[in-house]
Amino acid sequence: MANVIRRQTPTARLGRGLLYSVLILAALFYILPLVVMLMTSVKPLSEISAGSLLSLPQNPTLAPWTKAWGEACTGMRCEGVGGYFWNSFAIVIPAVLISTTIGALNGYALTKWRFKGSELVFALMLFGCFIPFQVVLLPMAQTLGWLGISSSRAGLILVHVVFGIAFTTLFFRNFYVGIPNELVSAAKLDGAGFFRIFWRILLPVSAPIIVVSVIWQFTQIWNDFLFGVAFSAHNTQPVTVALNNLVNTSTGVREYNVDMAAAMIAALPTLVVYVLAGKYFVRGLTAGSVKG
Amino acid sequence: MRDSLPMKNTSASRLGPGAKRSTPSGGLQAWLPRLVLAPSVAISLFFVYGFMLWTFVLSLTSSRMLPSYDFVGFGQYARLMANERWWVASTNLMIFGVLFVAVCLVIGALLAILLDQKIRQEGALRTIYLYPMALSFIVTGVVWKWLLNPQLGIQAMVQGWGFESFRFDWIVDPDMAIYTLVIAAVWQASGFVMALFLAGLRGIDDSIIKAAQLDGASLPRIYLRVVMPCLRPVVFSAVMILAHIAIKSFDLVVALTGGGPGYATDLPATFMYAHAFTRAQIGLGSASAMLMLGGVLAILIPYLYSELRSRKHG
Repeated sequence: MANVIRRQTPTARLGRGLLYSVLILAALFYILPLVVMLMTSVKPLSEISAGSLLSLPQNPTLAPWTKAWGEACTGMRCEGVGGYFWNSFAIVIPAVLISTTIGALNGYALTKWRFKGSELVFALMLFGCFIPFQVVLLPMAQTLGWLGISSSRAGLILVHVVFGIAFTTLFFRNFYVGIPNELVSAAKLDGAGFFRIFWRILLPVSAPIIVVSVIWQFTQIWNDFLFGVAFSAHNTQPVTVALNNLVNTSTGVREYNVDMAAAMIAALPTLVVYVLAGKYFVRGLTAGSVKG
Repeated sequence: MRDSLPMKNTSASRLGPGAKRSTPSGGLQAWLPRLVLAPSVAISLFFVYGFMLWTFVLSLTSSRMLPSYDFVGFGQYARLMANERWWVASTNLMIFGVLFVAVCLVIGALLAILLDQKIRQEGALRTIYLYPMALSFIVTGVVWKWLLNPQLGIQAMVQGWGFESFRFDWIVDPDMAIYTLVIAAVWQASGFVMALFLAGLRGIDDSIIKAAQLDGASLPRIYLRVVMPCLRPVVFSAVMILAHIAIKSFDLVVALTGGGPGYATDLPATFMYAHAFTRAQIGLGSASAMLMLGGVLAILIPYLYSELRSRKHG
C-alpha cells in the first residue's frame, strides 16, 4: 500500500503529513496526562495555583514525593503511601507466584493428559474470568472471617489466587495446546511420569507464557482496588486504596502536588513492567481475545 | 475397522489410552492429572459458583447489617426496581457503556489503520498509545480529576490562554459528569483496542488489498468494504471485552467522581458496594449484584459460544 502512495508525490506528501499529524496529536492525548502528573508532582504549591497545567516547573522540588511517601495523610493516619507500597508487593508477589504455578500445572494437565470431561473442566474454570466480582464480595467477606484471615494480607493473597487461576489456566492451556504432543507421548511410552514430563519437556519451553502470566497477574493484582478496599484493614491496605484515601482526605489544604506524587508512586511499578516487557503485556491482554 | 474402535478422533486421546496402558504405574499416572486439577475445580465450584448461589440466596433475604436468612422472596428486587438511585446507576451504565465502547472502537480502529501505513517510529507510538492500560483505574481517576478540576485544570489553562468564556466544568455538573467517566475510560482503554485491531490488520493477507487497489478502489473504500469485514471477529472480541470493563467499572468512578455530584455518576458496581458495605443493605446489595451478573451473562453467552465454536474448528 505504502509503495503505491509514495509514487504519487505531491498529494501523497500532503497525505503523509496529515497522517503523521493525526498520529502525533493522538500521542499527545495519551502522553500529556502523564507529563502533567509528573510536572505537577515536582512543583511547589504556589506554582500550581499561579501557573497553568502545562507550565514547566520553575523550582522543581522532590518535597511532594517525600511527603507522599512518608508523611501524607491517608484517612486517619499520616504516614504516607510508602508502607502501603510495600504492602502491595507483599500481596502481589506470593499471589502471582502461586497462581502462575497452579495455572501452569492446570494448563499442562488439560492439554497433555486429556481425559473425558477435561474440556468441561476448562469451560467451568474459564467462567471465573468473566464474573463481575461484586457477585462474590459478600460471601468472600464471610468466608475470610471463618478462615480467620479477614483484613489480612493472607486473605487478600487467597482472594487474588482464587480469582487469578482462571486467567493463568487460560494462558497456559492455550500455550500448551500449540506444543506438539509427539515428544510428550514418546516420553510417556518411555515410562516418564506426569511431573517428570512437565519438568523436562514443557517447562523448558514455557518461558514466554510464564512471562505473560506473571506480567498479567502482577498488573491485575497491583492495580486491584475492589478487593483491596473490601477486604483490608488500615495496616494491610494495598497502595491503590491508600492513594484513594490520600486524595480524598479532606483535612487542611489540598496538596495537588502530593496527590500527583502519590499517584506516580502507585503507577510506577506497573509502568516499569510495561516499559521493560511491553510485548508480553500486550500478548497477555490479547491472549483471551485473539487466538494464535 | 477404525469406526469400531471406541476412540475419539483427536490426537491427544488417540495417544492417551495406549500410553497409559504401557506405563508401569498406570493407575496413579492416569489419576494424577485429575488430582492436580481437583483443587482448582473445587476452588472454582466453591468460590465462583457457590458464591454466586450464595449471593443469590442473600438477595432473597431481608439482610441488612449482617447476613440473615429471613426470606422475603423477590422483595429486594422489587425494592431495587423502585429505587431511584438504582435507575440512575443503570441509566448511567447504559450511557457510559455505549459511549465508552463506541468511542474506543472508533479511535482504536482509526489509530490502528493509520499506524498500519508503514509509519516511522511505529513502535514508539504504539507504546505511548497503550501505556495507560498498564495503570490502575485509581491512578487514571486521580489524574483526570486533576485535569478536569475547573479551577486548576484544563478549563483554567484555556482561560489563561485568553479564552475567558471557555467552560469545561463537566466534573461538577450533574448532567455532564457521566461524560467525564467516558473521557477517562477511553483514554485508558482505546490504546488496547488499537492493539487488537493492529494485530488483526497484520493478519490480513496483503494480496486482498493489492487486488482491490488494482481494481481502482480508493483507500478509505478498501478499508470500509474489504478490510473491516475481515476484522469482524476482532470487533466482536473488542466489544465483549469493553462491555465487560464497563459493567465492572468501579475504581474509576470512586477515584474520579466518587459517584457524585450527589449520586449523578453512580454505576451499578458502586451502587452495590455502597449498599452492601457502607449502607448496611446487604439484601439490596446482593440483588443488585445478581442483576450485574445477569448483565454480564447476557453479553458473555454469545461470546463464549463463538469462542468454543471457533476453537472446535481451529
